[in-house]
Amino acid sequence: MHIPDGYLGPTTCGFFYVVMTPIWAIASKVVKKTLNAKQVPLLAIGAAFSFVIMMFNVPIPGGTTGHAIGGVLVAILLGPWAASIAITVALVVQALLFGDGGITAIGANCFNMAFVLPFAGYYIYKIISYNAPIDSNRRVIAAGIAGYVGINIAAALAGLEFGIQPLLHHTANGQALYCPYGLNVALPAMLGEHILVFGWVEAIVTALVIKYLQKQAPELIEEGRA
Amino acid sequence: MKVTTKLWIGLAILIILSPVGLILPEHFKAGSAWGEWGADEMQKLVGYIPQGLQKLASLWSAPIPDYAFKGWEEKGLPHLSIAYTISAIVGIGITVVVMILIGKALTKKNN
Repeated sequence: MHIPDGYLGPTTCGFFYVVMTPIWAIASKVVKKTLNAKQVPLLAIGAAFSFVIMMFNVPIPGGTTGHAIGGVLVAILLGPWAASIAITVALVVQALLFGDGGITAIGANCFNMAFVLPFAGYYIYKIISYNAPIDSNRRVIAAGIAGYVGINIAAALAGLEFGIQPLLHHTANGQALYCPYGLNVALPAMLGEHILVFGWVEAIVTALVIKYLQKQAPELIEEGRA
Repeated sequence: MKVTTKLWIGLAILIILSPVGLILPEHFKAGSAWGEWGADEMQKLVGYIPQGLQKLASLWSAPIPDYAFKGWEEKGLPHLSIAYTISAIVGIGITVVVMILIGKALTKKNN
């Protein structure tokens, strides 16, 4: 889901940088108010977890690959704003150091994976796990569903961003300038593979870690807010 | 053991296991992620390389492109796995340092 350089035109790239700027600013403000110094290592672990879990490419044999993002888990444990910052750091390191995701697409990639994904996942988890005891299975299931839905919404957004490019930018003879696939191809491709395969990977990762933390560190599950 | 210590150990295990994310897709001939094709693949897929894509694709030259060292592309899976693991260590190292610096800057006033 890391959109590379050259797939999105300047309008889309610029638009998402403009959208993300206030989000990053608000995230910093909120985290400044709510995060205490003791939680900083946890935030670093969250960013590192998101970074490394994205390296676990899962194959669809003979087809394509994808991976979990881990962002919903970070949002459940540290709140969506802190997660937003943590995932942004992971994505920027991936883009700058490893060319994974484009420089011009950092705004769009962060909007999908570092904003919409943690927020959607966080609120789905909150709703489903409402009033559930810390050690209840409902929390594990809520985490799984939140991971699944969160990554699928992000995938759908990436599909939309890819898919509108042929409409926005093409040569006089109809050749695309950037992503050549329209909405009719990009949206079902991105959404389909995540509904069928990669969404489950995010769901299982999120649910398993919550299950583990219920036993090992229940205080982390209580603290997840802001 | 402190929880954070356990989580750091968990991260170390993920680093060691990271080449799985390289080897499995290779084994199942899974190809590139959707929408992350190089210019050559794009030529094969749609019959041309979109002009804008060609211009922008090489905009940034990353120091460790695709988690592999430059010149190691043809060296085979064992070498690539080592590069992948080192990439995970370097990437996590930098991510952690940056996140701690940001975290410290943001929590300064609270204490």
